[in-house]
Amino acid sequence: MESSDIVLEMREISKSFPGVKALDRVSLKVRKGTVHALMGENGAGKSTLMKCAFGLYHPDEGEILVEGKPVQLKSISDAMANGIAMIHQELHPIRTQNVMENLWVGRTPYQKRLAVKWVDQKKMYSDTKALFDRLGIRLDPRQSVGELAAAHCQLIEIVRAVSYDAKVIIMDEPTSSLSDSEVELLFKIIKTLTDQGVAIIYISHKIEEILQISDEVTIMRDGELVGNWPSSELTQDLIVSRMVGRQMTDRFPAREHKPGEEYLVVEHLTSASAHSFKDISFTLRKGEILGLGGLVGAQRTELMESIFGLRPVASGKVSINGEEVKIRRPQDAIKKGVALLTEERRATGIIPMLSVEENLVLANQTSHRRMYTGGQLFLNEKKRRDDTGRFIESLSIKTPTMKTQIQYLSGGNQQKVLLGRWMLTDPDILILDEPTRGIDVGAKYEIYTLMTKMAAEGKCVIMISSEMPELMGMSDRIMVMCEGRLSGLLDGKTATDEQIMLLASTYHSNLEGGAAV
Amino acid sequence: MNEKTKFHPKELIINNAIYFILLALIIIIGVISPNFFSLDVFRDIFMQSSVRIVMALGCMFIIISGSADLSGGRMLGLAALVAGSLAQQASYTAKFWPQLPEMPVVVPVLASMLVGVAFGAFNGWAVSKLRVPAFLATLGSQMILFGVSSLYFNKAPNNSQPLGSFTEGFSSFGSGSVLEVPYLIIVAAVCLVAVWLLLTKTCMGKDIFAVGGNPEAARVSGISLFKMQMITFTLAGLLYGLSGSMEAARTGSATSAYGNAYELDAIASCIVGGCSITGGVGTVGGVFAGVIIFNVISYGLTFIGISPYWQNVVKGLIIIGAVALDVRKYARKD
Repeated sequence: MESSDIVLEMREISKSFPGVKALDRVSLKVRKGTVHALMGENGAGKSTLMKCAFGLYHPDEGEILVEGKPVQLKSISDAMANGIAMIHQELHPIRTQNVMENLWVGRTPYQKRLAVKWVDQKKMYSDTKALFDRLGIRLDPRQSVGELAAAHCQLIEIVRAVSYDAKVIIMDEPTSSLSDSEVELLFKIIKTLTDQGVAIIYISHKIEEILQISDEVTIMRDGELVGNWPSSELTQDLIVSRMVGRQMTDRFPAREHKPGEEYLVVEHLTSASAHSFKDISFTLRKGEILGLGGLVGAQRTELMESIFGLRPVASGKVSINGEEVKIRRPQDAIKKGVALLTEERRATGIIPMLSVEENLVLANQTSHRRMYTGGQLFLNEKKRRDDTGRFIESLSIKTPTMKTQIQYLSGGNQQKVLLGRWMLTDPDILILDEPTRGIDVGAKYEIYTLMTKMAAEGKCVIMISSEMPELMGMSDRIMVMCEGRLSGLLDGKTATDEQIMLLASTYHSNLEGGAAV
Repeated sequence: MNEKTKFHPKELIINNAIYFILLALIIIIGVISPNFFSLDVFRDIFMQSSVRIVMALGCMFIIISGSADLSGGRMLGLAALVAGSLAQQASYTAKFWPQLPEMPVVVPVLASMLVGVAFGAFNGWAVSKLRVPAFLATLGSQMILFGVSSLYFNKAPNNSQPLGSFTEGFSSFGSGSVLEVPYLIIVAAVCLVAVWLLLTKTCMGKDIFAVGGNPEAARVSGISLFKMQMITFTLAGLLYGLSGSMEAARTGSATSAYGNAYELDAIASCIVGGCSITGGVGTVGGVFAGVIIFNVISYGLTFIGISPYWQNVVKGLIIIGAVALDVRKYARKD
């Protein structure tokens, strides 16, 4: 390819923070009209590199060239002026405004009359409509953003980038909160953009996705460049081994556990909320990993949070070990040996400004009070430290010290601390809600190993997952939900993508129980 | 990642800014007026601070748990009135409760604490059960408290006359000392140690930090938000109540105007002392220094002859400066 095709080039970029070298002479060349995937484990430096490209960080060394000309990116506005835009992992739309107001925020079209800038609603509407048509988006510019799904909020961000005439759009984990059909929509938009000459830098942990969509892949490890390959020359195994720097023979650990007797029985459970789950019955055996699949909005999280006592239930029965239990609050659940690793790590998991230690022992210091006080008034600091140290080691949590605030750890390590929090309560039933979302391959494998280990010890594990390979690779049985109903139950060994997709997207009341095992 | 954290003088200063500011202030005032360095001066400052310390400690529970409380000052006012009305000499002709006998010092003190507990629990209930945002719930109870204080104060035969003529016991609680250490300073010191132990060494303390840091995560981990809100508001009330009788004893009087706007000073002391207004962060040492700093300013500036009107300017600048530093301290470092 011609060098004039290169729209963004980063040369030998280095960046250090106190105590850590985040980037060490990393180079990146992005060609016009292509999707360039950037991969690496959490902490590999992908985000730091992109923040340099977007003017949020200033590299200590190296230079950045846009269409062959060196540029100084001192701020986001510099980056935007040079045609670089970034779609963030977490979106913050202004929920009280409508789609077009969000799109043009800060540069609302106006007409000046009597020295006052009046909002030009007509122009705003037609400009928005024109952009939507260009990208093939069917969305009413006047719709309130508060009513939109995450995928559509993301679309608005992409359209905004396009409206700035972006030549390069950086997408950081754009599919992490999208359902499969929404991902398809996103990919279509990306195709439209690249056809129009826009380059996309695509950060993702999902390898299947990368192979499907990207033209080139750059892989980073520990702040250094591993290399750059055309996607056609790569396979899943090659990517994984280059990312972790070692051979990974299998993405899922071998299953050595054998499901035993029934332990958890849920009968006709119905949510107190009218739009949530209805009439759910299932059983869970000791030493079993039960996968829970479905699309976003299938009410899987709501079901599990209700079993855990976080949400109210209208009717139905839950029995643990043959005994009916009434779980109204998380405290009740923890006492009955149920643990729940929630979906939203930031919102309901970590306490950012507290230390790794405080975060790890949290569920225990309260519900098993005596564990750290022995009935005394004051806490047993040594036992807290010992437990924390034990889990940091056994879960190989990477942290400078156990007093480090958890917010400074990478996503994968935060997740491991939270897993440790729940394993410390010694649960009989461990519920994991999207346990590997947004974390790197190495940490994923460690979490899988932990799950099989728990199952081998005779504990029950429930895993909500939106990733098909994970569901099929880890589950003994797969339960699929659709629109608040149980649409089917599949054998984990024989289930296929198509079967799960079909059950997840179609609920018919005449399909009583769906396809049984 | 695993490198040993090096010594960063800049971070040391930012992380302990409050102590450096305090030290700098004392040195500056001392250089201008060397008489400032005397035991009497420091005892005066601590004495004046004692009431504010107890009050700020109460406020600290609320701020660490991520809430807000505007009712503290008026709670102190009502508690001071109740304590004062129960601490009068039997021989005094204009007694608030003419038929009451003279009572030992513990009665007014306990009564003031009871007042605080009752209203603190009311705040906690309004916030956790009625789900009124803390800022508004306590704004409401601030008005209720002022109303109740005025009604109580105006009750016949008192008719809004300042309460005075306290018993020997109650007066000596306010001005007496043991081994040159005033009782009020001892009370404040005991409160400091007790709150420090509670916050750092007990499950309850850890739970308060967790609730303030991320209430949803705390709830999922089995912490009852209702219980924690009741506890923090009630504990705060208890300390506000105690500070009420301390204030009455210290000044030898009580009126319904007592405690006006004290809660703002208490909040300012907590924030300057490093508590994060968003919750989950705070140390007893910091809050202590926060209170002292304000008293050093008001005492010290008067001491070197600067107009008292300047005090507020300096205080205001320090609040803004402290928060500006705090924002840098907790800014995400990635």
